[in-house]
Amino acid sequence: MRSEVVTWALRRIGERTLNSVERMGFAARFSLAVLAHSPAALRRLQLTLREIYFAGVLSLVIILVSGLFVGMVLALQGYDALTRYGANESLGILVALSLVRELGPVVAGLLFASRAGSAITAEIGLMKTTEQLSAMEMMAVDPLARVVAPRFFGGVVSMPLLAALFSTLGIFGAYLVGVRLIGIDAGAFWGNMQAAVDFRYDIVNGIVKSVVFGIAVSLIAVFEGYNARPTAEGVSSATTRTVVASSLSILALDFVLTVFMFRGIGV
Amino acid sequence: MSTPSPPGAAAQDDARNPEALVEVDHVVFGYEGSPRIILDDVSMDFGRGKVTAILGGSGSGKTTLLRLIGGVHALGSGSIRFDGELVDRSDPERLFALRRRLGMLFQFGALFTDLSVFENVAFPIREHTELPEDLVHDLVLMKLNAVGLRGARSLAPSELSGGMARRVALARAIALDPMLVMYDEPFAGLDPISLGVVGQLIRKLNDALGITSVVVTHDIYESLKIVDYIYFVAEGRIVAQGTPEDVRASTDPFVRQFVDGEPDGPVPFHYPAKALSREFARAI
Amino acid sequence: MNRSTIDLWVGIFVVIGIAAIGFLSLKVGNLTSVSSAPGYHLEASFDNIGGLKMRAPIKAAGVVVGRVERIDLDPQTYQARVSMRIDRGYQFTRDTIASILTSGLLGEVYIGLDVGGDTQMLADGGKIAKTQSAMVLEKLIGQFLFDKAASGPPAPMSGNAAPGAAKPAAAASVAGGATK
Repeated sequence: MRSEVVTWALRRIGERTLNSVERMGFAARFSLAVLAHSPAALRRLQLTLREIYFAGVLSLVIILVSGLFVGMVLALQGYDALTRYGANESLGILVALSLVRELGPVVAGLLFASRAGSAITAEIGLMKTTEQLSAMEMMAVDPLARVVAPRFFGGVVSMPLLAALFSTLGIFGAYLVGVRLIGIDAGAFWGNMQAAVDFRYDIVNGIVKSVVFGIAVSLIAVFEGYNARPTAEGVSSATTRTVVASSLSILALDFVLTVFMFRGIGV
Repeated sequence: MSTPSPPGAAAQDDARNPEALVEVDHVVFGYEGSPRIILDDVSMDFGRGKVTAILGGSGSGKTTLLRLIGGVHALGSGSIRFDGELVDRSDPERLFALRRRLGMLFQFGALFTDLSVFENVAFPIREHTELPEDLVHDLVLMKLNAVGLRGARSLAPSELSGGMARRVALARAIALDPMLVMYDEPFAGLDPISLGVVGQLIRKLNDALGITSVVVTHDIYESLKIVDYIYFVAEGRIVAQGTPEDVRASTDPFVRQFVDGEPDGPVPFHYPAKALSREFARAI
Repeated sequence: MNRSTIDLWVGIFVVIGIAAIGFLSLKVGNLTSVSSAPGYHLEASFDNIGGLKMRAPIKAAGVVVGRVERIDLDPQTYQARVSMRIDRGYQFTRDTIASILTSGLLGEVYIGLDVGGDTQMLADGGKIAKTQSAMVLEKLIGQFLFDKAASGPPAPMSGNAAPGAAKPAAAASVAGGATK
């Protein structure tokens, strides 16, 4: 009967929506709880340092290598496009602005989400599955303070540094391709770049972006891990959700931030 | 069989029983969002200095009971008292103080995988006391020695066998010399030697340290060897209770099925399904 | 993985991360030129600023001496009012000419300052009297066609000087000068 199908569909939609809203409310409360435990995390500096190591240092290889290649490709493609307008001395500007404003924070953020974010989710999810979090709770140690908050801050501190390193390696890669390989004048490359890239406008905004992305990715990662179903599939689906949700958040936040930060474009 | 009362228990309806360390009083509990009742009007007393076992099939609510004593979830109705004090989730400070006085051995150990054996046992000491490191060091080694694993202090949890991991978790559970130690399936999956070791450790530590122990298990054989009192739980209710002698002599059908390991009895063999004749019937 | 190794690597990571930020700020960006020289303000009015944007450079003899700070329209004279920040090290005469120029054919638009021979210098808040507006391509073409069609002396357009040559002529727009 048609009406039955319709009511069923409406009820499912209503259920799903209510569930999502509930989940968001829960996520908000969880996030506030994590932030509330920040002083505790800072007191246990050793734990946070350890998490910076696992999130940041171990991501260095993928970030540096990717940055280098992205910069090199950017230089190749950029040179091809700029020569049509006789503007190949602006290659430095093109590469620097693209990296510092957008590619650095965004691509580094995506890589960070897939490498470090998923690892954090899996680790916390596994601790939940093997009852380590319950054991901690029974020993009157708050797992939010001891397990979750240090990982959150490890991510937030690592992200801007990784984004800066990505951009730096990218510019270096572009230098290798543009100046050494293709033969653009080194002075023009660096000089034009320095004239066009503004500290406050471009670099600070890029850093702000990477901090925002770091907060988003770390929060999603610890949330999914902490609330994973304590089974093997539960942890694996939580890990997948972390990567997907982080990536989408980064891209959406990037749009919003770009609109607000770079309103001067074209004005 | 249920007429002999647990050691030191007064009449069932008495609000306080000074001889019991933990008093579970008419507790009803179900997880939030689930209509299923896990514990249905359960009342138990755990005598001070005694080893009490909670026996039952899988999913009968035994582990949940331990968590409720530890204050992990809020009760549906009823009350639990620890050393005369109500276990109250709404008072975090009291809950914190309560948890410092109990130790729990989780199923399969639940050791922190990123810490060594030594650091696992040192964890509760470091978290809750301000003792200097050399004192912590000595305490940890003493606890490890009590379970026979002093030489394994530098190993990682992944390098331990099941039995060894269980013993390290036991050392961690008694690190702060708690009043109550709860064991969640301590015998699950162990070889006969480790079984014997763990069983003996539970009994000896209980007597040597003067603690109270609650053992949740379905290993009837080991339990009969070491415990002072047994509760049988099925489908969220207490179906039988008594001392090991009572249990061995019991004529209660549930106890008999459990003790003798009969496949069919009060706990049915067949999962509910329609009659066999109707299953394979065909219209001719 | 013991503590000292972790600490060491985290330290290295943080150091190179901050070094990267520093490199980007100093070598790639213009941090030094922004924070260093304090400046003073000058104003100039133009009939048409063309493609002049905020933060556009102000150059004298090709050297960047300041940046455009604010652009707005004067409600009385309907001219574009440009506020410039000039580095404190540089002084310009009262009869300096400010012209809107383009670097290269498609390059960025900037303000070029040509110093005159006056003995007095402009002070903070001073106004540059002589200005040269931007070359607007359409008006240029229109002027050219009109000249061709009329084949007589070109009718001067009100207030606007539209030179066809690359070197800007010294046509000044009507503007008051603040003498300090």
